Amino acid sequence: MADTLSPAQTPTQTPTGRVRSVPRLVFTDAEAGALEFPSSNSRSFNYFKPQRLKATMYEDVTVDVQPDPARYLTQNWVYGFAKAPGGYPTEWTAAKSSDWHWFRDPNQEWEQTIYKNNARLVRQVEQNIANARNEGAFERWSPGWSRIVAWHVGAWMHPEHGLGMHVFLPAQRDAPTNMINNAISVNSMHKLRIAQDLALFNLEASEARSDFDGKAHLEAWNDDPVWQPVRENAEKLTAIRDWLEAVVAANLAFEPLVGELFRGGYVMATAAANGDFVTPSIMGVAESDLERDLGYTKDLIGGLTSDQEHGRQNIELVGEWLSRWIPESLAAARSLAPVFSEAENSPVTFEDTLSRARERVRAILGELEIPTPKELDQ
Amino acid sequence: MPAATARRQSRTKIHDKIQELSWNPTFATPVDKYPTDYTFEKAPKKDPMKQVLRSYFPMEEEKDQRVFGAMDGAVRGNMFRHVQQRWMEWQKLFLSIIPFPEISAARAMPLAINAVPNPEVHNGLAVQMIDEVRHSTIQMNLKRLYMNHYIDPAGFDITEKAFSNCYAGTIGRQFGEGFITGDAITAADIYLTIVAETAFTNTLFVAMPSEAAANGDYLLPTVFHSVQSDESRHISNGYSIILMALADERNRELLARDLRYAWWNNHAVVDAAIGTFIEYGTKDRRKDRESYAEAWRRWIYDDYYRSYLMPLEKYGLEVPHDLVEEAWNRIWNKGYIHEVAQFFATGWPVNYWRIDPMTDEDFEWFEHKYPGWYDKYGKWWENYSRLRHPNGHGPIAFEDVNYQYPHRCWTCMVPCLIREDLVVDKVDDQWRTYCSETCRWTDKVAFRPEYKGRDTPSMGRLTGKREWETLYHNWDLADIQKDLGYVRDDGKTLIPQPHMDLDDPKKLWTLDDCKGYPFPSPNIMLNEMSDQEREEFATQYKAGGPGGRYAGRA
Repeated sequence: MADTLSPAQTPTQTPTGRVRSVPRLVFTDAEAGALEFPSSNSRSFNYFKPQRLKATMYEDVTVDVQPDPARYLTQNWVYGFAKAPGGYPTEWTAAKSSDWHWFRDPNQEWEQTIYKNNARLVRQVEQNIANARNEGAFERWSPGWSRIVAWHVGAWMHPEHGLGMHVFLPAQRDAPTNMINNAISVNSMHKLRIAQDLALFNLEASEARSDFDGKAHLEAWNDDPVWQPVRENAEKLTAIRDWLEAVVAANLAFEPLVGELFRGGYVMATAAANGDFVTPSIMGVAESDLERDLGYTKDLIGGLTSDQEHGRQNIELVGEWLSRWIPESLAAARSLAPVFSEAENSPVTFEDTLSRARERVRAILGELEIPTPKELDQ
Repeated sequence: MPAATARRQSRTKIHDKIQELSWNPTFATPVDKYPTDYTFEKAPKKDPMKQVLRSYFPMEEEKDQRVFGAMDGAVRGNMFRHVQQRWMEWQKLFLSIIPFPEISAARAMPLAINAVPNPEVHNGLAVQMIDEVRHSTIQMNLKRLYMNHYIDPAGFDITEKAFSNCYAGTIGRQFGEGFITGDAITAADIYLTIVAETAFTNTLFVAMPSEAAANGDYLLPTVFHSVQSDESRHISNGYSIILMALADERNRELLARDLRYAWWNNHAVVDAAIGTFIEYGTKDRRKDRESYAEAWRRWIYDDYYRSYLMPLEKYGLEVPHDLVEEAWNRIWNKGYIHEVAQFFATGWPVNYWRIDPMTDEDFEWFEHKYPGWYDKYGKWWENYSRLRHPNGHGPIAFEDVNYQYPHRCWTCMVPCLIREDLVVDKVDDQWRTYCSETCRWTDKVAFRPEYKGRDTPSMGRLTGKREWETLYHNWDLADIQKDLGYVRDDGKTLIPQPHMDLDDPKKLWTLDDCKGYPFPSPNIMLNEMSDQEREEFATQYKAGGPGGRYAGRA
C-alpha cells in the first residue's frame, strides 16, 4: 500500500481557527520519474505505428479510438443492425483496402485545429462584413450587382448547406476508421459554416440596402431554371449510399466543376469589377476550406488507388464513379453560363472558367494517377 | 474611417434566416441509411438552442484555451506530486472507455437527422456532431498528458488496444455502440440523448470530476466540465425529438420499450463503472463527502427522474417507475457498486491498471455511508490486502476466499453479481445468464423484429462474443496475459497489480506468478451441464452472496 496520507487524514483547521471540510493537498510523489520500475519510461501510445518516426498529437488523439475487429476488438461489435452487422462495416463502400488504418488526415484535424481554424474564419468573415458596413460598401453596389448577390450568391448558400448536412455529415458515420470519419466530419462543418455565413451575409445586405431582396435566394434555388441542374446535382449527391462515392462525387466532381467555378471562377473574379470587395472575401473562405478538404480527399483516394492489393480495382471504381458524376456536375456548371453575362462588368467568360474547372479536375486526377474520364470533355 | 466593429444582429432574425437554408428536395431524397420504426409524419416543429456557428466556434475556442491553460499550469505546478495513485489508476480504465462513446455520439447524429423531418433540429444535431469530435479528442489528450507526467504510464500506453480486448471492455463499449446501431431513434435519441446524456452525464461529468479534485487531480474536472457545458445543448436536442415522437401515438409503445431498455442498460453500465471509480478510487474519506449513492439520489433520482422524466408523463410518455426504483434498490440495498468493485478487483490479473487495497480508514467510511458494508465485503477486502504481493500463492481469484466467480449477464455484460436476481434462460438455442429480469427481457423481447404483435423490422440485435471468458476458455492465466499484451517492457512484469507499491520489484507480480491457473468460461460450462445440473447450479448460485459468497458459507 502506498505510504501516503489521504485528504481525510490531513488537518482541516485553518489559520483563523475556522474548521472546514475540504480535501487537502497531500504529497504523494506520483510524478513521472519519481521511481524507476518496468515501463516507468513507456510514455507513448504503443499500439499503432505512427506515419513518421514519432506520433503527432493528431495521431495520438485519433488513431484506434474507433475500434476494429480487424485489429484489437476481440469480442467483435456487440450491437448489430436488424439486417446488417454493427460497427463500421467495410462493405459500406465498394472500395477496398488492404488496411484502412493507413490513412492520416494531412490537415491533422483534432479539437484544437478545428476550433482555431473555424474561429479564425468566422472572425475574418465578420470583420470583412463589419468593414464593408462601416465603409458603406453595400450601398455602393449597383442595382444590377445587388440583384446578382441576392439571387445567385444567395442561391449558393443552399448547396453548401445540403452537402454539409446530407452528404458529408452522414458519410462521417460510415467509414471504417476514426481518421477518415473525423476528416469527413470537419468537411461537413466547413460546408455548414459557410452556408450560415452566406445566409447571414444575405441578411446583412438586406438590412443595408432597401432594394436587396433577402428572400430572392429561395425563388432562385427552388424555381430559377439556371439553378435547377445545380439543385438536382446536390440532391442526387444526398441520395448516395456509398460513403466514399459520396465524398468522391462531391469533392472531385461537384466542387471543382460547380463549386469553384461559381465561387472563385465567377463571384471572386467578377465582384471587384462591380465595386464589391466583401462578397469575394466570403467566397474566398469557402475556397480555402476546399483546399483543406481536397487535401484529405486526395490523400484518401491516392492511398486507395495505390493499394498494392486493390489499387487497380479502386482506380476502376473511382473512374466509374467519376464517369457517373462528372456529367451531372458538368450539366450543373453549364446551367450557370447565363449568370456570367448578367453583371454590368464581366471580366471573365463562362467558357474560359469552365475550361479552367476541367483543367482543375484533370490536374487532380493526374496527381492521383486516375485516367481522366472521357465524360469530362463532353 | 471609424474602426470596424462587429454589430450584433438580432438573434431571432439570425435564427429565422438560418432556417431558410434547408429545402424540400424534389429531384432526389436523402438516402434512408438508418431505418427506424418510429413515425414523425405529424411531428410539430420544436426549436432547440438556436445555435449559430458564427458564435459557436469562437465560444468553443475560448473554452479550449481555458482547458489548455489549465493543462500547462498543472504541469508547471507539479500537480502529479499531489495526485493519488489510487485515483489515477482507475483513469486508465475510464479514459480508455470514454473517448469511444463520445465519438460514437458524433457518428450517431446522422441517424437522428435522417429519422426526424425537422430542419430546425438538424442544425442542433450537426453542432452536436462536431462537439462530440471535440470531446473525444480532448479526452484522449488528457490521457496523453497523464501518460507523460504520472508516475506509472503502463496501461495508459496501451489504452485503446486494451479497451478493445479487456475483460471489462464490453461493459463500457455498449455505452457507445448503443448510440450508433439499430433503430435510429432507439439508438441516437432514447439511449444516447434522453438517458445517457440527460441522466448519466451528471454522474459521469459532474460527480466524478468533483472526486478527482479531491484526489489532487484538477485536470479531469477542467476537461470534463468543459465537456459538460456542451451537454445542455445535446439534452435540448433530445428533448425536442422525444416531444415530436410523443406527438404521434403510434410511437408510444416503442418509446415505452426503449426507455425501459435504455434506462436499465445505462444504470447497469454507468453506475457499475462510475460508482466504482468514485467509491473505490478515492482517498477522500471525509464522512461528510457525498457518496455515490447520495450523488445518484440527487443528480439522477431527483434532478432527472422527478424533474425531467416525470413531467413527460402528461405528454403520454410511459415512465418506467419500477425500474427507476429497482435501480435505486440495487444501489442502496443490494450493494450493486460494491459488488462491481469486488468483481473488478477479483479480475485484477486481466486488467491494465492497478487496484489499491482498501484500508481500515476506507472500511470505516464505507460502514458509515453504507451500514452493514463490513459484514458483507470487509473480510474479502482484508483477503485482497493479504494476498496483494506475490508470495507463493495465486491471484485472489484463484485462492479460497469464499468468492464464486460470477456469470456474465448476456445483455449488459456486467456479471450477475446480485446473486438472487440471476435469471437463466435458453435464447437463440443457447443457455444464457442475465443479471436481472429486465436484461433477459431486453434480449428475448425488446431486441427482436416483433414487439407486442407489431413488426419492428428496424430494431437492432445483440451480437458479438458477449462473454469475454469464452475467448480464453481454460487458457492458462499467464498465456491470457501475454495474449492481451498486459506485460511491462521487461517482458515479464505485469501491468496490473493489486496494490500501489512500485518501490520494490519483489512486490510486483510477473507472468511466472500466474502460470498454472486455468481460466474457465462460466457460460461454456453452463451449456455443458445437463438440465438437472443447470437447475441445481442456478438454485445454488441464487442462494449465494452477498460479496460473492458461495451458498451456505458464511
